[in-house]
Amino acid sequence: MKEKSILEMRGISKSFPGVRALQNVDFTLMEGEIHALMGENGAGKSTLIKVLTGVYEKDEGHIFLKGMDKEASIRSPQDAQRLGISTVYQEITLCPNLTVAENMYIGRGKGFMQNWRKMNADADKILQSLDIPAKSTQQLSSCSIAIQQMVAIARAVDMECKVLILDEPTSSLDEQEVEKLFGLMRDLKSRGVGIIFVTHFLDQVYEVCDKITVLRDGKLVGEYEIENLPRVQLVSKMLGKELDDMADIRSESAVYEEKGDSAPVFEAKGLQSNAGIKPFDFYIKKGEVNGFTGLLGSGRSECVRAIFGADKVIGGTVKKNGKEIKISKPIDAMKNGIAYLPEDRKVDGIIGDLSVRENIVLALQVLQGFFKPFSKAKAYEFADEYIKLLEIKTASADTPIKSLSGGNQQKVILARWLLMHPEYLILDEPTRGIDIGTKIEIQKLVLKLASEGMSVTFISSETDEMLRTCSRLVVMRDRKVVGELSGDDLTQNKIMNTIAGGEAHE
Amino acid sequence: MKNKKTLSDSNLLLTITIVIFFVMYACAVLFLKGGFLRPQAFLNILNTNAALIILACGMSLVMITGGIDISLGGQMALISMCCAVYLDYQGGNIFVSILIALAIGLAFGAVIGFLVAFLDIQPFIVTLAGMFFARGMTTIVHTAPFNVANEKFTALKATRIIVPGLGSVNRKGIYVDAYIEIGVVVALIVVVLMFILLKWTKLGRAFYAVGGNKQSALMLGINVKKTKFLAHLLCGLLAGIGGYVLFLNRGSGAVTNGSGMEMDAIASSIIGGTLLTGGVGNIIGTFFGVLSLSTIQNIVSSAGLGEAWWTGITIAGMLCLFLVIQSVVMSRKKK
Repeated sequence: MKEKSILEMRGISKSFPGVRALQNVDFTLMEGEIHALMGENGAGKSTLIKVLTGVYEKDEGHIFLKGMDKEASIRSPQDAQRLGISTVYQEITLCPNLTVAENMYIGRGKGFMQNWRKMNADADKILQSLDIPAKSTQQLSSCSIAIQQMVAIARAVDMECKVLILDEPTSSLDEQEVEKLFGLMRDLKSRGVGIIFVTHFLDQVYEVCDKITVLRDGKLVGEYEIENLPRVQLVSKMLGKELDDMADIRSESAVYEEKGDSAPVFEAKGLQSNAGIKPFDFYIKKGEVNGFTGLLGSGRSECVRAIFGADKVIGGTVKKNGKEIKISKPIDAMKNGIAYLPEDRKVDGIIGDLSVRENIVLALQVLQGFFKPFSKAKAYEFADEYIKLLEIKTASADTPIKSLSGGNQQKVILARWLLMHPEYLILDEPTRGIDIGTKIEIQKLVLKLASEGMSVTFISSETDEMLRTCSRLVVMRDRKVVGELSGDDLTQNKIMNTIAGGEAHE
Repeated sequence: MKNKKTLSDSNLLLTITIVIFFVMYACAVLFLKGGFLRPQAFLNILNTNAALIILACGMSLVMITGGIDISLGGQMALISMCCAVYLDYQGGNIFVSILIALAIGLAFGAVIGFLVAFLDIQPFIVTLAGMFFARGMTTIVHTAPFNVANEKFTALKATRIIVPGLGSVNRKGIYVDAYIEIGVVVALIVVVLMFILLKWTKLGRAFYAVGGNKQSALMLGINVKKTKFLAHLLCGLLAGIGGYVLFLNRGSGAVTNGSGMEMDAIASSIIGGTLLTGGVGNIIGTFFGVLSLSTIQNIVSSAGLGEAWWTGITIAGMLCLFLVIQSVVMSRKKK
């Protein structure tokens, strides 16, 4: 082992049925270092981490830890903990029904009895020393997600972990909470802890990390000092291609909308749902891509949910091609040619245990009615067609969807709705939590669909993504539509100003 | 500062249970004077329900880890039948009969625990099979119900422990001592031990962790499979103890012994604040759950509504009330 390195992984390989998730990957972590592990979805980051933490067993390779002359054998999360490797996952892996202190100490230490007084005192001491605003006796579920994450870190710190793995810890935190977390990370770094940081946010990598290791398709691309790797290069290394795509996907678009002022396909007047949004007007033309923008919680999703009938509509009218239609349930919207890809694909979208094929044909089946099933051959035909069209990476059409990566799951749901050949497609945050390559593919696809005459509403938290795809933006603030931007007004500045209500500086 | 901490959810549910029990009992004393005023009335609730208390403790334990065991009633029948047959036909040593009861319970617990924990089969299915198996085996052991005639056993069954100071004067003007049966002592010891286990031991806390979030518990370094196995094993042990206590109370072997008791145990646990989803529960709550359940039964029968369906309907209503309270508490937490 090199001097000062606390963890070395050499030649790690891991295969799953049909996929080689990791091929001969090396990874080195030094003392007091924050090391970013980057890669697209499916690049093998999670697999590498799960190998390191004993969730998966590696097929080949060696793991060495500081202070051990032998190879480390890690077969279970307990083994990893014992060796000083702690992990904080994106989804909180603590028990919400226990107290903060219990979550820090359960599963550790010897003895049969539980000494509450000592445990609470110890816990409070650590929470204080790390400046975490939680009390030991609080029930964990009463803490915010950010605090829960910090409790998980406090647990790791108390276990004298030498290697701390943070797997997408920031995806559900707001800016201040992220700052707090970074403070904690720097503090740990100065104590000599080696931190492996996995994230999708490039800004955050450049804010706290010292080194970057990039993985792609289960292989190691390289390890870089942060100052030697500008962002553009990092992205191109992750994607494995140069990045001219990103800038000019727009140029292919803007074809259909030039055809002048056609009448709107769908039009809503004074639409209001029980989800707490103010009544709003809305229209969309054939072949147009528009978007709802605004801060998180401004009511973007609620608007489209009202159009689709996913929330209970309590007022207003919807017209299709000038004729009034009634949409009170999603099935009404589907019959009128509206398709909706929901925001949270895990809750509203996929059915994890069903196969890719079944997930794809689901909506069409519902529309047809369950008593008129189509043949299996037909379903395979549909599935294969869209797997090819959207380049869905799956072993076969029969693979359960839950074993696909996030981006590919998203594509399956997209395929489900495209199969219905909707006239109007609503995409609510279709690019969240998926890698840059797939993001661009989805954006391109949206523009292609529009150029073929489909109307699309596209919602994203990333403004530049909206600017690239939408020709008209509806701006929302505090659950109210406050403006509409199109043409030359579509700039970051204008959008910011409208969102902020004209108070921001030009 | 510590005194000011707000009630946690499980404590809140527990408080509600206890308050409702006392209010109910007070109402019974006020409006249905007759029996309820005498301390013996209360002690009789304990006497008849000692076995249920023990069983409900086991059920709560399993429910806290997120499981369920519906074979408990069947186990009661099998245990009492085996002990009865042993005592009357095989010579019959009391001590050995107790060992038989414990062995049957532990065997059920071990097999169910193994299937649930290590083979990851749904506890409902496993214990459903266990229920059919136990009832079937009972019939094989002996079909007709019979009262145990073994003298040592009947002596033990008749043993009464006098509770000083709680006696009362009966209609003939004679002072009658208040008493409890041996089973009650056993049940109270079980309650205390289970309370200590759940609150003050690492194993107990691991039960809660596993029930709260299995995946997280694993990541926190808890051996989830072992923990679940132990919960079922302990439940089996308690079933053995409870089975013997029931046997001692009834004094007979019968296929119908303990029928529906698993449902009473589940109902008591739920009334006591244990969540079916796991992770939340309290033995003291379960204890009061049993008391509430049987007090309702007593009230219904003393009010002259002798028919069984009245009891059923009242209990159904009470369960609904508790489930509503629980879901209100839980949704309040989310906000």
